[in-house]
Amino acid sequence: MHTDVHKTEITRRSLLSLLGWGAFFTTLAISVPASIRFLFPRVLFEKPSTFKIGAPDDFRINGNSEHQVYETWKAEHSVWLVKEKNRIYAVHAKCTHLGCTPNWFPDEGVFKCPCHGSQFNRSGVNFAGPAPRPLDRLKISIGKDGMLVVDKSRVYTFNEFDKQGTYVEV
Amino acid sequence: MKPNKNIWQSIRFSPLFKSIFRHGYDDTKQNKILQIRSNVFLHLHPVKVPAHAMKIRFTWCMGGITFFLFLVETITGILLMFYYRPVPEYAYQDMKYLEFDVPFGILLRNIHRWAAHLMVGTVMLHMLRVFLTGSYKPPREFNWVVGVMLLIFTFLLSFTGYLLPWDQLAYWAITVGTNMIRATPFIGHEGPFALLDKYNDVRFMILGGTEIGANALLRFYVLHIVVLPAAAIIFMAVHFWRIRKDGGISGPL
Repeated sequence: MHTDVHKTEITRRSLLSLLGWGAFFTTLAISVPASIRFLFPRVLFEKPSTFKIGAPDDFRINGNSEHQVYETWKAEHSVWLVKEKNRIYAVHAKCTHLGCTPNWFPDEGVFKCPCHGSQFNRSGVNFAGPAPRPLDRLKISIGKDGMLVVDKSRVYTFNEFDKQGTYVEV
Repeated sequence: MKPNKNIWQSIRFSPLFKSIFRHGYDDTKQNKILQIRSNVFLHLHPVKVPAHAMKIRFTWCMGGITFFLFLVETITGILLMFYYRPVPEYAYQDMKYLEFDVPFGILLRNIHRWAAHLMVGTVMLHMLRVFLTGSYKPPREFNWVVGVMLLIFTFLLSFTGYLLPWDQLAYWAITVGTNMIRATPFIGHEGPFALLDKYNDVRFMILGGTEIGANALLRFYVLHIVVLPAAAIIFMAVHFWRIRKDGGISGPL
């Protein structure tokens, strides 16, 4: 008989088994990553990260304060424009604790977050509540047409506040 | 015999009735076993339950109450689905419509909400009871793990349901919750050993974007009504069946 000779030979059963399982795992290896990729959309219907806010001269300090917070873009873009004597910068209206939107209280000169009670002074420095760091700032620059442009995709944390791009001198 | 007894008898012994309910009410040991074992739902359950398992002070009936609340959530949830549309334009309006105009809408919505709150409590109390009676010990250690998964599914069902009213509480609670996901090691873009950015990390996958919008609402809805309940049902079936397979409910200490 041919028992010993045929031991290592591919039988019909082992070939079909190999093909069957091979097809199964190949399908799995393609469809699982494809299904995960499926969950990451290419096009987002979100607001563009860059937007114009007007000319540098549009921003003035009212009264004898040295500091003016503009809330014009807060509702739509979550940004406060802050005008100081010689510069303008954009504060991200997003609590550094867990991302709620704080409110600006001009009389007290304090930003307060309604979610967990974090508070920030007029420069955005945290002094109460669970927030771990001052409010972040966003990239601001003067475009070719002389208008100020805020870019929300570049976020500066407090140790980068002296970097170029965090403020515009006026 | 009275006529209505005859009617009952003719139904009881009709081929149709006997094809559904194969075993009668004979109070014999064999028949009682057959009643349980030939029922697709009851077969998960042990044929016999020891007397101590019926003591409320031993089990607190917390697992049973949790299962009951899950059934309540399923029924009320399916009814709410007939009115609720998971898109930003309609979600809040539909919730208000249910509250103020749909007959019994406010009742169903509140049953759904309160049963959900209760379920989180009872499932944790069930876990506490199992811990206190030592019922997590071998041979029941695998069922403890299945139970922990069910606890997580309960929390996730609660969390995903939280967003659906699409009101301020919903929006900011999910803002806070999903911002925590940023800090996941490796797969969150602000976590330790972050490998990804905010456009391809795990938070992006859950929200379908970088912020809570239409995609996030729809994803939470699908998770809430299909994915998580299906997972919970599968794990519950295993959980109940494992009680029998692991030698029945644990005895008193």
